[in-house]
Amino acid sequence: MGKLFQAIRSSQIWRSIFRHGYPDTPRNRTLAVLSNTFLHLHPVKVRRSGIRLSYTWCMGGLTFFLFLVETLTGLLLMFYYRPTAEYAYQDIWALREHVPIGIMREMHRWAAHLMVITVWLHMYRVFLTGSYKPPREFNWNVGVILLVLTLLLSFTGYLLPWDQLAVWAITVGSNMARATPFLGHEGPGASLLSFGGLNFIHAGDDARFGLLAGRFVGEGALLRFYVLHCVGLPLIAAALMAIHFWRVRKDGGISGPL
Amino acid sequence: MGELIKDAIDWLFDPIRYFVGSALILGVVFYWRKFFSRNIVIATFFVGFTAFMLWAPSDPDFKKIITKPDNVPIIILITTVIFFTWLAMRQGVINDERAKEGKPSIEGELGKKKVFTWPDLVYTEFICLVLFTAVLIAWSILIEAPIEEPAATARTPNPSKAPWYFLGLQEMLVYFDPWIAGVVLPSFIIVGLMAIPYLDTNPKGNGYYTIEQRPFAILFFWSGFILFWVSFVILGTFLRGPNWSFFGPFEYWDIHKLEPLVNVNLSTYFWVDALGKPLPENALLREAPGIALILGYFFVLPPLLGKTMLRGLVEKMGIARFNVFMQLLLWFGLLPLKMLARWVFNLKYFIGIPEWFFNV
Ligand code: HEM
Repeated sequence: MGKLFQAIRSSQIWRSIFRHGYPDTPRNRTLAVLSNTFLHLHPVKVRRSGIRLSYTWCMGGLTFFLFLVETLTGLLLMFYYRPTAEYAYQDIWALREHVPIGIMREMHRWAAHLMVITVWLHMYRVFLTGSYKPPREFNWNVGVILLVLTLLLSFTGYLLPWDQLAVWAITVGSNMARATPFLGHEGPGASLLSFGGLNFIHAGDDARFGLLAGRFVGEGALLRFYVLHCVGLPLIAAALMAIHFWRVRKDGGISGPL
Repeated sequence: MGELIKDAIDWLFDPIRYFVGSALILGVVFYWRKFFSRNIVIATFFVGFTAFMLWAPSDPDFKKIITKPDNVPIIILITTVIFFTWLAMRQGVINDERAKEGKPSIEGELGKKKVFTWPDLVYTEFICLVLFTAVLIAWSILIEAPIEEPAATARTPNPSKAPWYFLGLQEMLVYFDPWIAGVVLPSFIIVGLMAIPYLDTNPKGNGYYTIEQRPFAILFFWSGFILFWVSFVILGTFLRGPNWSFFGPFEYWDIHKLEPLVNVNLSTYFWVDALGKPLPENALLREAPGIALILGYFFVLPPLLGKTMLRGLVEKMGIARFNVFMQLLLWFGLLPLKMLARWVFNLKYFIGIPEWFFNV
């Protein structure tokens, strides 16, 4: 056995992938982190205080983990789901009826709920440890955008089952856009944007119309939300997460007393 | 006995008592934090909460709302927010004690030593990952994701609720028109959050838990996050039923429960009740008292405070920071002020110009 492992580890294939020995010496431990695309987002060494669960609550890490779960389960769901008013609801039912021990939809939904909670708690912990103070101001801001994106991801996904719960929750949520100052047709100031009695802002072109691609939550909204949910928002979120993690490292690792 | 407790809880949870009570509890916990950060406190809470959750579902109305699959996260939210608030407070209290004795904070003491990411950090991450995967799979097997009837734009369910994480905004609709509750305040929440690092010039409390070195910041965030966000989400999920009427946790969601609408505009109070005149025709004249009040609130109050009570703050922050901070703070303060005015005076709008959709 030992010999076999030895042979594998000294083969050209193994060594072309891993450029370090077993990580039990300082040198190899450093290399293990530095030569791995994903691990190298970490610094090589971290403060003993920063990695205790009681300090970070592991909430940022969990948020990221849940994002990965969403990506994976979401990808599988996309195989079975067609974003049209005709099929969307049926496809969700079919998932439940025809897939034995199917839990992908469940995992996707519960992980999404959890992710909202963990991202709030992460922000809470970052605030309570004062970790937004210099030099981490910018990363806090990246975080705030990530928070908004997390909520938007959840919100756009809420519509996709195309049942009563979904459609009306999105209706209630998007009704607010009607009242956007100047840009919503029931918002203050909208009536000022008129020319000779002709209103520029009306139900057919205001902020809500842009959001829903229509005057109510219909097929256009479904497609729009689907594309944002599956492609647009995750891409932006992934890019910002890379920046976020890189900045954690560049700002001196997890915060600690100066 | 059981009925009596239920009635008492229903009574206790009406929006005013619920909100004022939560604010009081936060204040008490903050003031007596040394007592509340003891292990026995959190242990008692969890025992009490578990006992309650085992007993309460024997009531059919409570069971109906608590066993909705999408409401499970709210229970998680309640328990985790309370637990982590306690945990942070505990470490803050310990660090504050240590600071008084001239010792460094726990983080300061441990942080002197650095350890390798591999294995120390990577292993912690890995264990978290495995544990959470297990939890997620168990949860997914136990509780099926809901699916209701197919979408029908002609049939409006009652109540229609936004997704739970936006229920704080929907609750604000009780007090404000959508342009404030749904557009202006959320925008200011985002802008306000982003501004925090640039407005908080206190260099202390960076990288360790503390309360005494930044009491205002902590209280501020507690009230924003716990009082006006999380507690609103809970209120919106469990205590708001058909027509967004209020229902106690043990109350049946009766569609015909009507809350009398007796709210009155400030203009009516001013012209009709105080001066005994009819409301003026001209909208601007009619709303002049409210407009003066709001303008004064946003533009006279800050310089006034800056010259008097908050003089020290202006010197510390600089005039630009102070003004941005005040504007954000005053927008935030508009919410509790409006809530109070509604409860005490049945006030509908400070400024009510429905012709222009401009109601404050
Ligand atoms: C999708 C959302 C997010 C992900 C995946 C994420 C992930 C992480 C991770 C893994 C860390 C390392 C330390 C830790 O786990 O606590 C971190 C740190 C940090 N995060 Fe986030 N985060 C997210 C959202 C946010 C939000 C909403 C904020 C604040 C508004 C924020 C602000 C910060 C800051 C300032 C740090 C540095 C903290 C320190 O050095 O102690 N992040 N984030």
